[in-house]
Amino acid sequence: MNSLEFSAWIATASLLAGFLGSLTGLGGGVVIVPLLALLFGVDIHYAIGASLVSVIATSSGAAAAYVREGFSNIRIGMFLEIATTLGAIAGAFLSAHTPTQAIAIIFGIVLLYSAGMSMRRREAAKHHPPDKLAVSLRLDGSFPENGVKTVYHVRRVPLGFGLMFGAGTLSGLLGIGSGAVKVLAMDEAMAVPFKVSTTTSNFMIGVTAAASAGIYLSKGYIDPAIAMPVTLGVLLGSVLGAKFLVRAKVRSVRLTFALVIAALGIEMIFNGITGRL
Amino acid sequence: MAHSVLVDGQDDSVIDRRIGVLLRTGMIVSAAVVLTGGVLFLARSGRQVPDYHVFHGVPENLKSIPQIVAGAFHGDPLAIIQFGLLLLIATPVSRVLFSVVAFALERDFLYVAISCIVFCVLMYSILFH
Repeated sequence: MNSLEFSAWIATASLLAGFLGSLTGLGGGVVIVPLLALLFGVDIHYAIGASLVSVIATSSGAAAAYVREGFSNIRIGMFLEIATTLGAIAGAFLSAHTPTQAIAIIFGIVLLYSAGMSMRRREAAKHHPPDKLAVSLRLDGSFPENGVKTVYHVRRVPLGFGLMFGAGTLSGLLGIGSGAVKVLAMDEAMAVPFKVSTTTSNFMIGVTAAASAGIYLSKGYIDPAIAMPVTLGVLLGSVLGAKFLVRAKVRSVRLTFALVIAALGIEMIFNGITGRL
Repeated sequence: MAHSVLVDGQDDSVIDRRIGVLLRTGMIVSAAVVLTGGVLFLARSGRQVPDYHVFHGVPENLKSIPQIVAGAFHGDPLAIIQFGLLLLIATPVSRVLFSVVAFALERDFLYVAISCIVFCVLMYSILFH
């Protein structure tokens, strides 16, 4: 396969990943690494570098779209970015010292977890009394719902902060946005309403990824010839996906994509254990 | 959530919209640069057979920011792609800087400090490695 064919195939696969990722809201970034490593035989470090860059692109691209429908909380986002960026740096350093097999197995577990999370029904957060730490950090907020201002109180800030450090570490180690972990930290731990957490998480993904990108660059993970088709493909795919987005009708697409993610997860774990990557 | 009252909460939608424009602009500009470099690269070296099975790390001139910028202005296709990717990475970084200013205008100094911490972490990663 010469460079032209290689780029064309990767761009096509990335376009599909970006399209399905944005259509289903699962994000395309998580399938890029297994796609490159398993299908195209690209070394996992190059794959991680290209994936991370594409994650930044989709985060920035989707942000403009999300702003219209969601309600982000910039204070929650910025405060938690301290944890995610520090985690991302730790993860990026770890990636250089973690054997490929171990990365593949961890990746597989994260894929299975993401697939499982996507099947979960997200319920509206219950109302909680104000929390002292959250109040002093001014994390509480509000958003309009049916014409009235709905106020929400954030809680368990240290737990959320800790989980966000973990999300950042995974992001830096695997070159993914780790939206599934970010949402867990905000929805489950901190009781942020999901209308707010989805948008805020998307805002955070780009900044988190930028923190590991600097280290990836200096370690030589970001190969322009691989990152180019991946980034352009994912970006175009996610823009198209957002245009076709009719959430009510995507349940079966979502289920299919979740199954694909789960299958890739099992494949990654299998290849990691048998040392084929 | 069911507790709906009209009180002053935080509504960041105005800042959000501006940040949205900033992010989209950064994304479009960097994608255009990456595409330009990509077309040049494939026109010149599209017939070569690449090997990415084993990790060697990219050459030194595609790792350091000054060398990437210099290479891009000399018309090296791979350096142009890499420069586009740098712009892409710079987009969320500029969003953090924007937040520092936005919080300062709101006189929210706690969050000026928090945004500065995030900015420093990003600078540590990008400039000191």
